[in-house]
Amino acid sequence: MITVKKLVKRFGLKTILRGVDFEVQPGEFVALLGPNGAGKTTFLRILASLSRSSLGEVSIAGYQLPNQAAQVRARLGVVSHLPLLYGDLTADENLRFYGRMYNLPNVEQRVTEILEMVGLDTRRRDLVRTFSRGMQQRLAIGRAVLHDPDVVLFDEPYTGLDQDASSMLDEVLKTVAAKGRTVVMTSHDLARAEDLATRFDILSRGVISASATRKELKRTNLLAFYKQALVN
Amino acid sequence: MQPKPLTLRILDIVSILVLGIATYMALNAPTERVMGEVQKVFYFHIGTAWTALIGFILAGVLSVVYLITKDLKWDRLQVASIEVSLVFFLITILLGSIWARPAWNTWWTWDPRLTTAAVTELIYVAYFMLRQGIDDPDRRARFGAVYALVGALSAPITFFAIRLFRTIHPVVIGGTNPEADGGFSMTADMRIAFFFALFAFSIIFIDLFWNRIRLGDLQDRVEQLKLKVTM
Amino acid sequence: MVNKATEIKSMTIERPLSKGSFLKAVAAVVWKDLRAEFRSRELFSAMLVFSLLIILIFNFALELDVRTRQSVTAGVLWSTFAFAGTLGLNRSMAIEKDRGCLDGLLLAPVDRSAIYFGKVISNLAFMLIVEIIVLPVYSILYNVNLFQPGLLLVILLGSIGYAGVGTLLSAMSVQTRTRDILLPILLFPVVIPVLLAAVKASSGFLTGAEMSEILLPINLLIAYDIIFIAVAFMVFDSVVEE
Repeated sequence: MITVKKLVKRFGLKTILRGVDFEVQPGEFVALLGPNGAGKTTFLRILASLSRSSLGEVSIAGYQLPNQAAQVRARLGVVSHLPLLYGDLTADENLRFYGRMYNLPNVEQRVTEILEMVGLDTRRRDLVRTFSRGMQQRLAIGRAVLHDPDVVLFDEPYTGLDQDASSMLDEVLKTVAAKGRTVVMTSHDLARAEDLATRFDILSRGVISASATRKELKRTNLLAFYKQALVN
Repeated sequence: MQPKPLTLRILDIVSILVLGIATYMALNAPTERVMGEVQKVFYFHIGTAWTALIGFILAGVLSVVYLITKDLKWDRLQVASIEVSLVFFLITILLGSIWARPAWNTWWTWDPRLTTAAVTELIYVAYFMLRQGIDDPDRRARFGAVYALVGALSAPITFFAIRLFRTIHPVVIGGTNPEADGGFSMTADMRIAFFFALFAFSIIFIDLFWNRIRLGDLQDRVEQLKLKVTM
Repeated sequence: MVNKATEIKSMTIERPLSKGSFLKAVAAVVWKDLRAEFRSRELFSAMLVFSLLIILIFNFALELDVRTRQSVTAGVLWSTFAFAGTLGLNRSMAIEKDRGCLDGLLLAPVDRSAIYFGKVISNLAFMLIVEIIVLPVYSILYNVNLFQPGLLLVILLGSIGYAGVGTLLSAMSVQTRTRDILLPILLFPVVIPVLLAAVKASSGFLTGAEMSEILLPINLLIAYDIIFIAVAFMVFDSVVEE
C-alpha cells in the first residue's frame, strides 16, 4: 500500500531523512516511534503529500508522489496535532466544507454518518471553537475519514489530551482501523501505540533503525526494543 | 578556500581603471552652455541607470528560470543581480537629485523615470525583507523568485502609467535622457564621454555582480562547513 | 487482513481533477470564508472602522474645503481602500495558517489554484462590502455624490487587481516571521499602477471628464487585472507547497 525507497529530505544544507526505506501492506497499523527531532513529522508530511522529498521514491496505493499527488490525496486521510478545523464554523459546516472539497456525491448523509461515528452528533450545530481539545481531535479524525480513504496518517494524535479524551480517541481509532484501512501513526507515547499497532518501526537519526511486528515482540519488551534501536 | 580567479582579479583592476578614465573624461568634457558644470553628473547618472535597468530585467528572467528549474544556483544569481541593481539605482536617484537642484531648483522631479526608479528601489528592499523572514533556503528562493517576478512585471507598468496619466507634473527634461525630450544636445566630445561612461559602468556592474556571486558561494560553503563541525 | 486496495468504494473520487470539482472547490472556499465571517464579523468590522478612521484623519490632515474636495476625493478614497484592504488580506490568510487549515486545504485532491481563486473572491467580497458602506458615508460627510455607475465600475476593477495580487502576496507573508508587517511593504510598491489608474479614472468620473480620457486608465486596470491574476494563478503552487 505504501512503498518508500531511499527517501532523502534536505532543508537547505541540513539532511533530516537519510535514505528511509519503508513498506506497509494493506491493513497494517504501523506505529512509527522515535525521539523528538528524528524526522517523524517530516516523514509523515512527505507521505501526506504536503512536502516533497529531495530524493527517493514514494508511492501510495499504487500512485507516485509527487506526480500523481491528486490521486493519492483522494485516498489519503491525515490527522495532525493541529485540528485543521475552522473555529467559526459549526461541526456540521466544517465537515460539509471538506465534503465539498473532496467532491463527495452525498455530502449530507456522509456528514451525519461521521458525526455519529465520532460521537459528536449532538453537538453538530455548535461552533468548533467551543469544543474541548478532545472533541476537536475526534472531529478532526472524522474529517480525515470523511472521504473513506484507504490510508490514514496520524501525527501525534494524543497530544494535549487528558485520560478521558484519550480513551475516547482509542475507541475512534479502533473503529477507523477496524475497517481494514492502512494506518501509520507517529507517537512518543509507547503505551498507546502498544495497544493499537500491529507493527512497530523506529525512526532514529534519519533512517528506520528497527522494525518488528506485534507477534515478534512480546508485550513487555517494547520499551527495551525501543531503547535498543536508538543505540544502534 | 579557492583564491579569486585570475580573470576576476583582472576585471577588478580594469573596473577601477575604467571608472577613473570615465571620471576624467566626464570632468574634462565640454561644459554645457545652460546648466554648467553640474550637467556632468549626467554621464554617471545614465551609466548607473542603464546598468541597473539591465540588472532589473535580468532579475526578472532569473525568477522564471529558477521557478522552472528549482536549482538554487539561479537564486544566488538573482540575489546578486538585485543587490547590485539596488545600489546602482540608488546612485542614479542620488545623482538625479544632485543634478536637479541647481539645474531646475528642485531636489526631486516626479517624472516617470525617476519615480519608477524609486518604486523599483522599494520593491528591491521589500524583496530583501521578505527573504530575511524565511529560514528555509528553498522557500526563501521560491518566494524571492515569485516576488521578483511580480515586481519585474509591475515596475514597467508603473512607468507607463505615470507617463500616460500624470499631466500635473509634465516630463520636463525626460529625466535621464534629455536628448529625447529636448534638454540639451551633445557635441562629439560629450558623446564620447557619454558612451564611455556607459561602457565603464557595464564593466563595473559585471565585476560587482561576479564578486557578489562568489561571495554567495563562499557563504554557502561556510554554512556547510559549520554543519560538518557541529555534527 | 482485508485487501482494501482492490475495492474502490463508491465514495472515493474517480476523477479528482475534473472541471466540476474545481469550481465546486472554489465555491466551497468562498462559502466557507463568507459563512465564518458572517458569524464573527471580526474582519469586516475591523476593516470598516479602520476605513472610517482613515477618512476622519484625512479630514484633519487635508484642508478639504469645497474646491479642493473635488480633486482629492478619488485619492482619499483609494488610499483608504488600500490601507484597510491590508487588514482583510492579512486576517484572511492568518486564519488558514493558525489552525493548520492551510494543510487541510492542501490535502484536498484539487488544483491549488482553486484555493487561490476561492480566496481572491472572498477577499474581494469583503473589500467590496466595506467599500459599498464607505461610499455613502463619505458622500454624506462631504456632500459629494459618489453614486455614479462609472465610479462603481472603477472600484470593482481596482479592487479585483488589489485582491488578486494581495492574496498571492499575503499567502507568502503569512509564512514568514514578520507576517502582518510585511504585507503592506510587499504589496504597495507593486500595486501602484492600480492606484494610479483607479484614482485617475475615479477622478475622471467625478469631475465629468471626457470619456476618451477615462477609457485609458480603465483599460490599464483591466490589463493589470488580467496579467497579474494569470501570473498568480501560475505561481501559486510554488507559494503554498513545500
